[in-house]
Amino acid sequence: MIDFNVAPFEVVRDYDKCVNCRVCERQCSNEVHHYEEGFGKMISDSTKCVDCQRCVCLCPTKALKIVPNQNSFRPNANWQQKYLTEIYKQAESGGVLLSSMGNPEPFPVYFDKILINASQVTNPSIDPLREPMETRVFLGAKPQTLQRDEKGNIVTKLPPRLKLSMPVMFSAMSYGSISYNAHAALARAAEKLGIYYNTGEGGLHKDFYKYSANTVVQVASGRFGVHKDYLESGAAIEIKIGQGAKPGIGGHLPGAKIVGDVSKTRMIPEGSDAVSPAPHHDIYSIEDLRQLVYSIKEATEYKKPVIVKIAAVHNVAAIASGIARSGADIIAIDGFRGGTGAAPTRIRDNVGIPIELALGSVDQRLREENIRDNVSLVVAGSIRCSSDVVKAICLGADAVYIGSAALVSMGCHLCRTCNLGKCNWGIATQRPDLVKRLNPDLAAERLINMLTGWNHEIQEMMGGMGINSIEALRGNRLMLRGVGLNERELQVLGIKHAGEV
Amino acid sequence: MLLEGEYRIPAGCAISAIFDKTGARFSGKDIVDSIAVMRDRSNGLGGGFACYGIYPDKKDLYAFHVFFTIHSARKDFEEYISRYYEIDSSEDIPTRKIPEIVDEPEIRRYFVYPKQAYIDFVKTGADECVFRTVFAVNTEIKGAYIFSSGKNMGIFKAVGYPEDVGRFYMLEDYEGYLFTAHGRYPTNTPGWWGGAHPFGLLGLSVVHNGEISSYDANRRAMEMYGYKCTLLTDTEVITYILDYLTRKKGLTFEESAEVVAAPFWERIDRMPEEERARATYLRDVFSSELITGPFSIIVGFDGGVMALNDRLKLRSLAVAEKGNKVYMASEESAIRRVCPSFDNMFYAEGGKPVVYRVKGGKQ
Repeated sequence: MIDFNVAPFEVVRDYDKCVNCRVCERQCSNEVHHYEEGFGKMISDSTKCVDCQRCVCLCPTKALKIVPNQNSFRPNANWQQKYLTEIYKQAESGGVLLSSMGNPEPFPVYFDKILINASQVTNPSIDPLREPMETRVFLGAKPQTLQRDEKGNIVTKLPPRLKLSMPVMFSAMSYGSISYNAHAALARAAEKLGIYYNTGEGGLHKDFYKYSANTVVQVASGRFGVHKDYLESGAAIEIKIGQGAKPGIGGHLPGAKIVGDVSKTRMIPEGSDAVSPAPHHDIYSIEDLRQLVYSIKEATEYKKPVIVKIAAVHNVAAIASGIARSGADIIAIDGFRGGTGAAPTRIRDNVGIPIELALGSVDQRLREENIRDNVSLVVAGSIRCSSDVVKAICLGADAVYIGSAALVSMGCHLCRTCNLGKCNWGIATQRPDLVKRLNPDLAAERLINMLTGWNHEIQEMMGGMGINSIEALRGNRLMLRGVGLNERELQVLGIKHAGEV
Repeated sequence: MLLEGEYRIPAGCAISAIFDKTGARFSGKDIVDSIAVMRDRSNGLGGGFACYGIYPDKKDLYAFHVFFTIHSARKDFEEYISRYYEIDSSEDIPTRKIPEIVDEPEIRRYFVYPKQAYIDFVKTGADECVFRTVFAVNTEIKGAYIFSSGKNMGIFKAVGYPEDVGRFYMLEDYEGYLFTAHGRYPTNTPGWWGGAHPFGLLGLSVVHNGEISSYDANRRAMEMYGYKCTLLTDTEVITYILDYLTRKKGLTFEESAEVVAAPFWERIDRMPEEERARATYLRDVFSSELITGPFSIIVGFDGGVMALNDRLKLRSLAVAEKGNKVYMASEESAIRRVCPSFDNMFYAEGGKPVVYRVKGGKQ
């Protein structure tokens, strides 16, 4: 059968540099490269390449590069090549198009249209190398009334909370969607950094119970791996309602990935597909959510904060308002650029709204209803760097979740084919030969390095604004200005345009 | 040009205060002389005073000081206020016509108390009634602005240098146990009398020098709790924070200081367990009320005064004691001007409140 599509990438090999060491061949799980005895040289099949850059990085003589295929369909502003390509695929398979990682389409990235303030003259900037610069954050509900004992001392008991050394956590990525070694790295890094990682919906591998003080355990619609010890082992429990990459639909981990410990941890038979329903079948309404929140609180004796994670959708502010009254301690909102191990392409690229706008309206709405203190806000999808963190906090977030950025620090090059299960970086795969490529100690060190760097940068930006504690940054929208945004966008973000006083 | 309150104006300033620990009353002359020394810390665009103990004969009534900037405002205000309050008396606030102070609005004071029916309606006491009235008048009645609303205290302020403002209001004719003063150096020409300082709410008044970097985080928190920031100044939001913490949440002024100028975590982490739990509680629960950036404030309240510096100590604030008198000022010179020899003098430490109360409780 004729393949109507062409390879999206081209493998370019500099034969002057290539020494036929065959590293690329051994490294590529997609079997792009092979040594052709007859020619005495390496040959590449570009059609199989996903542009993960593994061979490029490991080539000892730097003989390889992967470039976009210059071959072009006849240009058409309406019928862009990707639509033709996708039709050809569907015409062949009859299936739903699948994609991985976050929405790559050229929608506005509001973080890139927001600028941060700094002090000049009237207010001194603060040097974080000389003065304390505090990034510690507590997440959880705040008590409504202050109580004193008979001696008049403040009763210091607080609702359950999470204590973060910096306002960043690793977001939910299940064991199954990512590898054992990737999970180990996230757990170790979270412990070392004084933050939290999140199990996702795949349960918690028995080896990782020792990191429970830095673990958020997730309860999603499939309830995979959920049992009493699991709930009790988390520092917090997250009810996953939705995910930014695929709002409104469930998940599907193919049976091929349900092997060995993944099957045990999820508590489902090997080789069976793990299908998470679109809704929780015990949550068809906001009052049902409240019941699940309290069921979990009862089960864990009110010792752990409960997070409710939702995808950023059009009426996110109203939904958040309902959640803030449901007994939940923390609301996590995942924007439409959030990552995923696999999602239907149409949904990933067309459903949901940007996290910046969702955050702008949710924080304001909760304040207008005087329920902002009921909950902390954690935002995700996608936070790419420390200035995104600062902007999110200024817009009103208490902390952020990072998923893609964490994977990238471990080596992910966003080739967006996690769904194939052949991740050459050992991250989004369960193939033992690939998993072992990811050294959890080195990966943990890279995670720690990245966030240590981010924290220094956050402190520098705070100091520049004359702010020495992160709580004075939270919701401090006057520290932001928009560039190239229209009136309505500024209004939703609650910020002024650059140049306005 | 936009008016004060329509956008945010940072300002530098001079502040000063004189307090008698026994509650004995003394003339307002000294405070004017004290603040006058720091003329170059002001730029003629705002000055004012908060005076405590000045209305002893009417000490149980709320004294509303009101600016009327348009003709209809007074009638609207009086109509509104008489619906909810018993008006004991009202009068023009006496002023001296001097060339340095121009464009004065109509300035009146009203001694009032909420009607019982209004107190019953509001349910949480007479103070809460006044709190609501101040916001209602200042945001809803065009041209009327209540700039002082406490009992047995009053704020006097205007656009001008503080010493001229003192002469304008004939401050030497008032006697009180506490006077605070403010000279303003706004980076702008607002020309609106309501924007001068001190800023007050009920018996609380704040004079402030600095520019806080946490402003919008603080403002948005206070607006959630029902405070309407109409001036967009640091002093306004600081006053609301202190009112919220002390009156609505029941914290002491010392505890409030621990919230707004919280100790650093590295210090809290070294505290003994009980103290650490308390300090952690205050920082965590009242995180939106933490104030960062440079500030020195003098807070007047019923029966006492508190001086407080930001936690990095980015502004100067001298305190001197002489007999029963306490002097506070941005610069030592402002104290020496009115008290050439004192018993002792010190500078308020960053984040450490200096609180004096009238001996034997409230005045």
